Amino acid sequence: MPIKAQLFITCLAEQFFPGVLKGMVELLERLRVQVAFPEEQTCCGQPFFNSGYQTQARQMARKWLEVFGRTDGFIVSPSGSCVDMVRHHYPHLFPPGTPEHRLAEETAARTFEFTQFLVQQVKVTDVGARFPHKVTYHASCHLLRGLGAREEAKQILRKVRGLELVPLSTEETCCGFGGTFSVIYPEVSQAMMVAKVKSIEATGADAVVACDAGCLMNIAGGLRKANSPIKAMHLIEVLTAERGTP
Amino acid sequence: MSQATLPIDFRTNAQHVPPKMPASVQKATAKFLGNRAALVEALGNELWQTLRQAAHDVRLHAITNLDQYLEQAERAVTKAGGHVHWARDAAEANRIVLEMARHHQVRKVVKSKSMATEEIGLNHALEAEGIQVIETDLGEYIVQLLGMGPAHIVVPAFHLSKEEIAALFREKLGVDAPAEAEKLTQVARMKLRQEFLTAGLGISGGNFLIAETGTIVTVTNEGNGRMCTTVPPVHVAIVGIDKIVPDWESLTVLLKVLARSATGQKITCYTQFISGPPRADAETGPKESHLVLLDNGRSRILQTPETRETLLCIRCGACLNICPVFNNVGGYTYGYPISGPTGVLFASQILGVKAAGGLPFASTLCGACNDICPVKIPITEILLHLRHRVAEGDEQEKAAAPSLMRTGAQVGSVALRTPWLYRLGSSLLKWAQAPLKRDDWLAKLPPPLSRWTMARPLPAFAADFRSWWRTRSHKR
Repeated sequence: MPIKAQLFITCLAEQFFPGVLKGMVELLERLRVQVAFPEEQTCCGQPFFNSGYQTQARQMARKWLEVFGRTDGFIVSPSGSCVDMVRHHYPHLFPPGTPEHRLAEETAARTFEFTQFLVQQVKVTDVGARFPHKVTYHASCHLLRGLGAREEAKQILRKVRGLELVPLSTEETCCGFGGTFSVIYPEVSQAMMVAKVKSIEATGADAVVACDAGCLMNIAGGLRKANSPIKAMHLIEVLTAERGTP
Repeated sequence: MSQATLPIDFRTNAQHVPPKMPASVQKATAKFLGNRAALVEALGNELWQTLRQAAHDVRLHAITNLDQYLEQAERAVTKAGGHVHWARDAAEANRIVLEMARHHQVRKVVKSKSMATEEIGLNHALEAEGIQVIETDLGEYIVQLLGMGPAHIVVPAFHLSKEEIAALFREKLGVDAPAEAEKLTQVARMKLRQEFLTAGLGISGGNFLIAETGTIVTVTNEGNGRMCTTVPPVHVAIVGIDKIVPDWESLTVLLKVLARSATGQKITCYTQFISGPPRADAETGPKESHLVLLDNGRSRILQTPETRETLLCIRCGACLNICPVFNNVGGYTYGYPISGPTGVLFASQILGVKAAGGLPFASTLCGACNDICPVKIPITEILLHLRHRVAEGDEQEKAAAPSLMRTGAQVGSVALRTPWLYRLGSSLLKWAQAPLKRDDWLAKLPPPLSRWTMARPLPAFAADFRSWWRTRSHKR
């Protein structure tokens, strides 16, 4: 039986990083995962939930569950924070004992962030990629602390041919994105982002890798603002840049 | 709410952080975090996690049986010859202490470090009556000379350099001391010695209150706490009702995690236990011993299941030290004596969301605080509930956010959850951005997104995955 993955593309990745999504499809198919795309999906509702609008978040969750609840197999997303929303917050939006709560829990249990899906379900860390560059890794907060994935992305990166993984002193420090935080308190968000960019520059890496569209928007923007040649990349972009001979 | 306060404007405060502040804050927090990490590593993570869970369980048990343990503590303190006062709010607590001071004709009080007295503004209340208040914790003494409150709940003057403190002593005390920690401490020590001997009232807080024996526990490093609680003829401790622990056995767990989390010490230099006034004439110590049990919104916090665990806090300050927001803005930006993540929880609940509704949003929800908290308070979960209280209101309070925001959320959620509207919006954005787009980036956007582009450009809207997917499926 092939492993089946329903793509949960997330609104931010769809709007800003379509290349990551195309790469994800190619990569999963290369690993013989059967890929499907529920086209009625929109946004998971995290921005509403994190802003305190739980009524709207619940409506968004209902819609998301209507789309994904009737699918089968795993649900896979390139963004840790969206998966954290589905996994940890959806069940709390519906009273225990209700059918909606049950559906939320069942669906959450088969929803995975991309790196966790690869390592835990497909059980692959070497995808046969080549990326002959110096790379450092930023751990997205919700992937790291929400979903508890500290090592997965780095395990995968270490198997990429030609890739030199250099440590980032601020690997586990938030980049300052924080969703609406970045526009409610822009000065503080900027200070955090600048600190992150400086520490990335100090590594001497050619690229910084992260697994969340939010962090990538922030860090990529910060690097551009600083006129830095360093590229901010999603792990999937590294894995699909070039095929490596095993 | 109990204290009528102007709304705390975190953004404006953040804009006025002195440029050198973040670096000095980060230097100090890095030291505390480094010491803490070394001790946790020495224990081993497994044991540390066991201790955290035990500390969590002890605290949760204490606050869920608060009424019972408080009454037990009251009986024990009274039996030991102490006096117990119950203060519903800040004003009541201040009145109790003022009456005590008037009764004993006190002109000068010495204080050891206490966040509860900062919370209720006791110094101002005493000073308004012409009573001199001397802070005797070195850090508190320094910030008091500056006319400020504590910038950190554990280390009040942590943001100041030795040079700045030497200059301050020169200006305010007329003492020319070199910028060395030991020399500066000597200056304060000499000044404070006189104050201890001439004060009519000693005020302290309490890190814990042990229900079974009515014992007030203070955890300090400088010895000033002992002077405050033993030299003056009267001692009063102001202790939040949340500080209760059932018994001495429970206390040992909490002492183990407190000093490690706070300053990265196994145990502080002084752990003091006060169980009432001296029992025999031959014993030295204050003639009178008082305990003010402060509620000030705590029983209200206890009523909300989603935020109740706020009261587990043992004020170690680890969440401040690890918080990337705190590290970039320092303590004063929060506009409340307790700052950082735990300060946000207390301020927004004690002052109410009308006054402090902006604070729960002063977090990226990165969750570093959850992981470091020695009593496992789910800080970001509580923040999310408080954001919900601000936006929509709950059983405790009405919403504080403008109704226009709610309308915006309603309209936005319809657009975002209706597939055809979502897709239409996605195409419209790609079209509308064209005049602003340079090399796949948007450098300058109109409000409210200008708040994003003031710091960094936004990647251009580029949605084309759906068409790519369809074309691809067609080909197969």
